[in-house]
Amino acid sequence: MSSNDSISKTLIVAFSLCIVCSVIVSTAVVMLKPIQEVNKTLDRKRNILAAAGMLVEGESIEEQFSHVQTRVVDLTTGKFADGAVDPDKYDQHKAAKDPGRSTALTPEEDVAKISRREQYAIVYLVNNPQGEIEKIILPIRGYGLWSTLYGFIALESDANTIAGLGFYEHGETPGLGGEVDNPRWKAFWPGKEVYRDGDVHIRLVKGSVDPTAANAPWEIDGLAGATLTSTGVTNLVHFWLGEEGFEPFLNNLRDGEA
Amino acid sequence: MSAIKETLTGPIFKNNPIALQILGICSALAVTSSMRVTLVMCVALTVVTAFSGMFISSIRNHIPGSIRIIVQMVIIASLVIVVDQFLKAYAFTISKQLSVFVGLIITNCIVMGRAEAFAMKNPPIASFMDGIGNGLGYSVVLIAVAFFREIFGAGKLMGYEILPLATEGGWYIPNGMLLLPPSAFFLIGGFIWVLRSVRTEQVEEPEFKLAKHTPVGEGV
Repeated sequence: MSSNDSISKTLIVAFSLCIVCSVIVSTAVVMLKPIQEVNKTLDRKRNILAAAGMLVEGESIEEQFSHVQTRVVDLTTGKFADGAVDPDKYDQHKAAKDPGRSTALTPEEDVAKISRREQYAIVYLVNNPQGEIEKIILPIRGYGLWSTLYGFIALESDANTIAGLGFYEHGETPGLGGEVDNPRWKAFWPGKEVYRDGDVHIRLVKGSVDPTAANAPWEIDGLAGATLTSTGVTNLVHFWLGEEGFEPFLNNLRDGEA
Repeated sequence: MSAIKETLTGPIFKNNPIALQILGICSALAVTSSMRVTLVMCVALTVVTAFSGMFISSIRNHIPGSIRIIVQMVIIASLVIVVDQFLKAYAFTISKQLSVFVGLIITNCIVMGRAEAFAMKNPPIASFMDGIGNGLGYSVVLIAVAFFREIFGAGKLMGYEILPLATEGGWYIPNGMLLLPPSAFFLIGGFIWVLRSVRTEQVEEPEFKLAKHTPVGEGV
C-alpha cells in the first residue's frame, strides 16, 4: 500500500472525495430547501397566533392566519412604512445588527439589553370581519438571565389592554425562568393594562398580585425562583412598548394617524 | 453470521461506547431532558455512525495514511449535514430543540472512534453493522437517562403527562435538577455502576495500590 502515500494519489483521493461529498451535500440542501422554508413560515405564523391567544390546535395554521395582516412600521416615526422592506424577506434580527439599518442605543435607553434597534419592524394586525383592527401583535425581545428571549405581545384594539404574550425562543433555566413558557403563567397576561398616565406601567412583581390593590391591573405574578428572568421580562416589555419601541406607533394608531 | 451478530449486539452491554469506552458523553448530557428529542438524536447518530463506517470502509484501501483523519472527517461531516437537512425538512420542531447538537455529531467521539478503530480495518458490511451496534449502545444509555430525567424532572414521558405536577393541580413536585445537564452525569454514573456490578469483567484493574502506612517511629 505504499503507492497510497504518493503525493499524486493523496491529491487524487482528496480532490475526488471533496467533489463527491460536495455534490451530495448540495443536492440534499437544494432539494430540501422548499420544504424547510414552508416549515419555517408555518412555525413563525404559529408563534404569532399563539402569542395572540388565537391558536386553535388541529386547525390549519394557514387558515387561521388568513385574518392576520402583515405590516411594516418605521419605529422612529411610528408610522406604517409598507414599501420600505419586503416583510417576507426582511429579517428583523439581522437588520438590528446592521449599522446601516439600525441605531445604537445609549445605556439608559437600552433597558432590554439589545444594544441596537432596527429601523423597521414587522407587526401583525388582526382584523374583524368589518375590517377594523381587533388585535395588534408586536415582536419583542430582550435579555433575561442567560439568554435573549424572543417573543410576541398582543394588544387589544385600544392599544393598551394586553391580549397575550408568548416567547418562542429563549435559554432560561428549565423549571425556573423557563416557566415563561408555562400556560398558567401566560394566562396572567390577558386583560392587564400597559400604560398608566402615558407611561409604561406594567411589571412583574415578587410573589402574587393582590387583586384588590390599586396597582393590580398593571401587575403580573413574578416567576418563582427567577428574579432575573422576571426583571428581564419587565424590562423588555418596557422597552418595546416605550418611547424607543412601539409607543409612537401605538399613539398614532390610537389617533388614527398611523 | 455469528461474527456479525457479535458486532451488532456486543456494543449494547458488553462493550458499550458510553459506559465502557466513556465516549460521546457531551451529547448524552445535552439532549436527554426529553424522550422525544433523545430518540431523534439516537436515530441520527446511529445513521451517521453506520453509513460513515460503511463508506469509509469501502474506500479504506485507497485512503492515504497521511490524510486519513481528514478523509474520515469529510465523510462524517457530509453525512451529518445531510441528516441535519432532513431533520429540518421533516422534523422541524425537534430539530429546533436539538439545535447545534445534530451538527456536533461530527465531533462525537463514537463516530470518529468507530471509523478509526473498526471501519479502517474491516469490510463495509461488518463496519455498517458495527456502526448500528454502537449507535444502539449509545441509544440504550441515552434512552435510560432520558426516561429518568423526563419522568422525574417534568412528570412526563414523550410529552404525555405521567405524574401530575403540583403546579398544575396534581401532587408531584418535580425535581428541577433533573432537567439540568449535570443530572445526566449522576444517571450515567449510576448506569455504569449497575453495569459493572453485573458484568464484573468490565471493572478496571486499579492502576496503583496504596502502600501501608509507615509505622510510627520508622518514618522520620
